[in-house]
Amino acid sequence: MPSDPWINWDWLGTHIPLVLAALQQHVLLTGIAVSAGLVIALPLGIVAHRWPVMRNPVLTVTGILYTIPSLALFAFLVPYTGLSFLTAEIGLTSYTLLILARNVVVGLESVPPDILDAADGMGYRPFARLIYVELPLALPAIMAGIRVATVTTIGLITITALIGIGGLGQLINKGLIESFHTPLVVATVLCIALALVADLTLAGVQRLVVPWSRGVRA
Amino acid sequence: MTFLMQCARWLTDPAHWQGPDGIPIRLAQHVQLSAEAVALGALIALPIGILLGHFGRFGNLAINISNVGRAIPSFAILVIAFQAFGLGDTPIILALTALAIPPMVTNSYVALREVDADIKEAARGMGYRELAQLVRVELPLAVPLIMAGIRTSAVQVVATATLAAIVAGGGLGRYIVDGFATQIYTKVFAGALLVALLALATELSLAALQRALTPRGLRSLNAPASRRATSFKTA
Repeated sequence: MPSDPWINWDWLGTHIPLVLAALQQHVLLTGIAVSAGLVIALPLGIVAHRWPVMRNPVLTVTGILYTIPSLALFAFLVPYTGLSFLTAEIGLTSYTLLILARNVVVGLESVPPDILDAADGMGYRPFARLIYVELPLALPAIMAGIRVATVTTIGLITITALIGIGGLGQLINKGLIESFHTPLVVATVLCIALALVADLTLAGVQRLVVPWSRGVRA
Repeated sequence: MTFLMQCARWLTDPAHWQGPDGIPIRLAQHVQLSAEAVALGALIALPIGILLGHFGRFGNLAINISNVGRAIPSFAILVIAFQAFGLGDTPIILALTALAIPPMVTNSYVALREVDADIKEAARGMGYRELAQLVRVELPLAVPLIMAGIRTSAVQVVATATLAAIVAGGGLGRYIVDGFATQIYTKVFAGALLVALLALATELSLAALQRALTPRGLRSLNAPASRRATSFKTA
């Protein structure tokens, strides 16, 4: 191992398809987890905002899920859903829920009461008011949540290598098992780069969709 | 016998409560690795965050360090530390410390920034010097968020310490990793339960400590105990 350089360019040159396949799986896993998380968290956030009694239960349950270490959560699921893509996605989706649901609630709460009064005065019914007035105004906070959830998911996916999935985590595992630095370094750099690109892309989308939202943080 | 019954039997088997692979030893290893990393991280992160917040400098850095920290895969950091420095607790603690720093910097920075400017001016007017103002006026008011940073870090370090078993470390993660390797899923499940309970216990006990350390005058005000300046999950 002492003679093993941190990057062996020859190995990288001959293993580009392997690296690209891992990267592709990483992107796919992220996309599914964040989309599924949004599909679940959006209604949860709306319910928690609309009925204040539901606010604490929603945030507490998603908060407990968020606190559970990922390796433990995957381990809980494996006896039921096996060493599978589904196990990885259930775990990853669970971790997006707190961030997304909380930001939906924060976003909806930030809508000024005057605007709600104006919408009511214009004859909006509650559902139409939610869709056409409240959610668009909550978008900056929701987008900020999507960014944090996406970057978090990209980092957590590497751990699913331990249940046989992993995306770029497969390469980290390979580097560990073979005591070979190159796949480890390549995967780490690509993982950080992917998180950065995803964050900047979503920031760009945010500027286009909600140009008034600069500077909203999760 | 159902699977959950088997897990309960694994957990209550006296053989699993003694010896070098027993639950008390593994728990102690896990807590020790985590506590050392959080303490070391706090020694580095809190002075930086507090000073940056006090002087109001490099705010972007203090806030973005958490965004960058989120993007760094903890699994990779552990393996890199293992390959660079070899076997043992030290590489693991170094990796965990690196992960513990960002949320503590961000939370303590925000904590100091949020101290009311009027209060600082009043302190100055009463004749407090810079250091006395920081220690006796600003820090007590910043305690809730500083503690929130420590809590966020601690929970993440406990979670990440589970991965130490992958690089031949100790701790409760051993049961999960060894259980997977030998396909004994009762052991995997029981280990996961212990890890999850430890993470929740860390969160709850530090939240209680945070409440206890919060100055009485602040307790009834706006701040719920769960408030933190940044969410952070690395493992």
